[in-house]
Amino acid sequence: MHLIACPWCGPRDEAEFSYGGEAHILRPEQPDALDDAAFANYLFMRGNPKGVHAERWVHTVGCRRWFNALRSTVTHEITAIYPMGTPRPDRAP
Amino acid sequence: MTAQSHRNPTGGRIDRARTLGFTFNGRYYEGHPGDTLASALLANGVHLVGRSFKYHRPRGIVGSGAEEPNALVQLGQGALTEPNVRATQAELHDGLAAASVNCWPGVRWDIGAINGLLGGLFPAGFYYKTFMWPARAWRAYEWFIRRAAGLGLAPREPDPERYDGKHAHCDVLVAGGGPAGLAAALAAGRAGGRVILADEQAEIGGSLLAGGGTIDGRPARAWLDDATAELAGMAEVRVLPRATVFGYYDHNYLGIAERLADHLPPAERAGRARQRVWKVRAGRVVLATGAIERPLVFDGNDRPGVMLATAAQAYANRWAVRVGDRAVVVTNNDSAYQTALDLSESGVAVALLADLRAEVPAALAQRLSRAGIEVAAGSAVVDAAGGTRVTSAEIRRLGADGTTLEGPARHVPCDVIAVSGGWSPAVHLFSQSGGRLRWDEAIAGFVPDISRQAEVSVGAARGTFDLAAALAEGARAGAAAAHAAGFGDGTATAPAANAREVIAPRPVWRVPSAGRGKAFVDIQNDVTAADIALAAREGYSAVEHLKRYTTTGMGTDQGKTSNVNALAILAHATGTAIPAVGTTTFRPPYTPVTFGALAGRTVGPLFDPARLTAMHPWHVQAGTRFEDVGQWKRPWYYPRGSETLHQAVARECRAVRTSLGIMDASTLGKIDIQGPDAAKLLDLVYTNAWGGLEVGRCRYGLMLKEDGMVFDDGVTARLGPQHFHMTTTTGGAARVMAWLEEWLQTERPHWRVYLTSVTTQWAVAAIAGPNARRLMAELCPNIALDAIDFPFMAWRDGTVAGIAARVFRVSFSGESAFEINVPSSQGMALWQALMTAGAKYDITPYGTEAMHVLRAEKGFVIVGQETDGTVTPGDLGMDWIVGKKKPDFVGRRGLARADCKRPDRKQLVGLLPQDPKEVLVEGAQIMADAAAPPPVPMEGHVTSSYWSATLSRSFALALLKGGRARHGQTVPVHAYGKTSWAQVTEPIFYDKEGEKLRG
Repeated sequence: MHLIACPWCGPRDEAEFSYGGEAHILRPEQPDALDDAAFANYLFMRGNPKGVHAERWVHTVGCRRWFNALRSTVTHEITAIYPMGTPRPDRAP
Repeated sequence: MTAQSHRNPTGGRIDRARTLGFTFNGRYYEGHPGDTLASALLANGVHLVGRSFKYHRPRGIVGSGAEEPNALVQLGQGALTEPNVRATQAELHDGLAAASVNCWPGVRWDIGAINGLLGGLFPAGFYYKTFMWPARAWRAYEWFIRRAAGLGLAPREPDPERYDGKHAHCDVLVAGGGPAGLAAALAAGRAGGRVILADEQAEIGGSLLAGGGTIDGRPARAWLDDATAELAGMAEVRVLPRATVFGYYDHNYLGIAERLADHLPPAERAGRARQRVWKVRAGRVVLATGAIERPLVFDGNDRPGVMLATAAQAYANRWAVRVGDRAVVVTNNDSAYQTALDLSESGVAVALLADLRAEVPAALAQRLSRAGIEVAAGSAVVDAAGGTRVTSAEIRRLGADGTTLEGPARHVPCDVIAVSGGWSPAVHLFSQSGGRLRWDEAIAGFVPDISRQAEVSVGAARGTFDLAAALAEGARAGAAAAHAAGFGDGTATAPAANAREVIAPRPVWRVPSAGRGKAFVDIQNDVTAADIALAAREGYSAVEHLKRYTTTGMGTDQGKTSNVNALAILAHATGTAIPAVGTTTFRPPYTPVTFGALAGRTVGPLFDPARLTAMHPWHVQAGTRFEDVGQWKRPWYYPRGSETLHQAVARECRAVRTSLGIMDASTLGKIDIQGPDAAKLLDLVYTNAWGGLEVGRCRYGLMLKEDGMVFDDGVTARLGPQHFHMTTTTGGAARVMAWLEEWLQTERPHWRVYLTSVTTQWAVAAIAGPNARRLMAELCPNIALDAIDFPFMAWRDGTVAGIAARVFRVSFSGESAFEINVPSSQGMALWQALMTAGAKYDITPYGTEAMHVLRAEKGFVIVGQETDGTVTPGDLGMDWIVGKKKPDFVGRRGLARADCKRPDRKQLVGLLPQDPKEVLVEGAQIMADAAAPPPVPMEGHVTSSYWSATLSRSFALALLKGGRARHGQTVPVHAYGKTSWAQVTEPIFYDKEGEKLRG
């Protein structure tokens, strides 16, 4: 059971959160303009890295707020928690 | 009265003032408080405790703790029975009843022992090789194998015991209360940190309970008493005896199984929880889990009487039990010398100590010789003779490389062989934490190397066997862990201790055989050295393959005594180095944890909360049958007298269609939506347009996922220009709320919209039927109720029966209907007022079943019944609700995919069975061709099927390939071996024009 530091409520057990999948996938501004392949890429295709993964979490049974996290899929270490809409802290802008 | 034939009159940590009676395999014995079942059996001279898993060879007690592979017993009877309890860890209580597992009909006469004579039938992988042909014979084989190979019996009755669960936080968790763990807990506790010290035994102390030695110039056991007293006096230190740290999970989260009442006779357990599982989040963890002694692999090493040297020593020192009358000790290291001395002192005649090493430690050998014990250097026990008890040991000299034997054989009569094959640090928890192991040649064992989590191993758990060094390591680790949490300066003084002898093992992984006997590696799973060599020859050279093929390291002990021997023999057989072979994965739990303890209190009514509406007590009083919808208890139907479900539902449906029905609709999800961008949110998540909805009106909406599939539906009302009241399905309320929040927070964070769940703020009574308006007129003076002033799909504020209410003109039944929302506190008053005033119309409460029938007659879908995540609005015939002019909404692009436009998609249709009395089975498959041979192509399935009192016939809804173009066709419908025929119709059976609903 992970210990996840909710930016609003502090460190809480993973059981209070829901996982939201890969972060930084923007919904297309004009979905109609996308062909099927491009839309399928947005809808279905996700990264599956061995190592640091940028992913979304929501404090479902707490404050209900969404946030992003960097978590290692190897060690489960969470190295960063940052707001929705901000860039990955481990990548140069 | 039975004598404890092998109990010494003095010594040990037992209470001789009290005698406890117990039975083993039906025979009565006695022991004392402080005994385990194993020590009490040995005190009575009982070694033979079971039969082995595969060969049904007689087996005895091998260890003295969690490592025990053999002495598994069935404890207790009836609902309280528990299989596979290690006799070495079962505390004795008065009246304890234990029996051997895995022997049939009895431990002395065992039919399965014939397997031992047919050993050739059971080589490595014998399941895969022997029982393959013919395939249909497997059932017969299986009966035999399950009967012969079972380990214990699970109780058949529900568990009557109570269990507890507890969450805890601490700065320092110390796993193991031996010398290193005690030193760590003392150091951390003295610094002021919050400490939990958990130890699996009834008494804290670990090796100090059985061994000798001095600490700070006093007997170690006296130091132990002081240490436990000091810890007990520390307010921030919690000491948990009988508590096994069984799992080390992510982010320093650990599970502890605490046995609260297992050591008590059943009569004294009343009112107590039996066990408690602690879930601990620890700042730092100190792993002081000790080490497990390894057996030596020689022929006949499984005979009862062959036991670990430390176990023999523990029985002598801690329980004042002589494990036999005449012992042979065989060792590859120094530690067993003290065992020989302790056994001798306890009254066991030690015939000989065989040391595999040619060079023996001079000082120790001298002490043995002063005690009259012969030391045979460079020698080993190569065979143990005997049947249900060892009778003699064959001693031979080892060749220089350890693979050959020299000189003549000596047969030394004995009834105990105490064995030490070196030590394996108990790295289980470290390994579970994600840490990496390293092979340490000096101790011939795996030790912790690279940590992944905030933990440190100390003492024997990291290969530090010297008492003084272990105490120092523990004290250092405890102080450092407390310091990391902000307590103390990180330093501690360790108690001084006399240095123990240095352990210097000579690894001889397979003692050469002098004959043809079986030499066991994994005693619990009956895996021999020959099995491992065979598996290696057959290509199972990876350790994880070896484990699965031979079953070595499996079972209830998970190879605690066998793993290192097994992989060392594998390494030898494959010509690789031990570190290259590696280890199998250590998984939780360290020792088995009963399911009851894991479930804790969350059983029965506490498994999941029950949500009740404000009117629930009325329903209960009315004799309602309830159904679970999510966590809600919803009235299912209201039987009168001896009515069946179908009779009651038919009556309830007739009442709604002909006069007046009332339903508790409080469970519908309700979300209050406010803010300047509220309408924009609705436009995004619903398929239809919301901007033009007037205040005072409602609209039905469908929600889709991005792939275009239906996700939820409901009616939303506009309460004000920036204020909406959304309803969702009962089961979908939380899901929809989360869905809206996700869009707002992750894709439209700039929108100003605020969501509040108001599901339980409102109680809702829906009245429906031709007399609904008449009843409303009586109770509701301040709302104009005619169809022009208060049309279908509108809402009004007013009072109903004097209660402030918000009334919605919506209908799920197809009749003229009013959904009356009042504050929950007024729900019961409203319901009672409606029942009283409605009596003249024979107002009839109806449940979810009648509601389902009524809505199906109208062709209204239920999300989750007519849909399953693969159904689009078009499939449901609801294209009318998809806003063609809206530039965007969630699911719009998904719907535009070619697959969503196929004409042969499964579409919603009605079905009228040819036999109007036959109600089709929900889930029945619609076949393309009733005569086709299997596999029959399936074209769809029945989603809803009922008897309609209104139509006086059965009907159904179904999803059918290309169904909209097939109205009028007759299709075969199959379920449970029966094919029925039904006519395809449009999915509406009642009031197609909607006049009743709007009227």
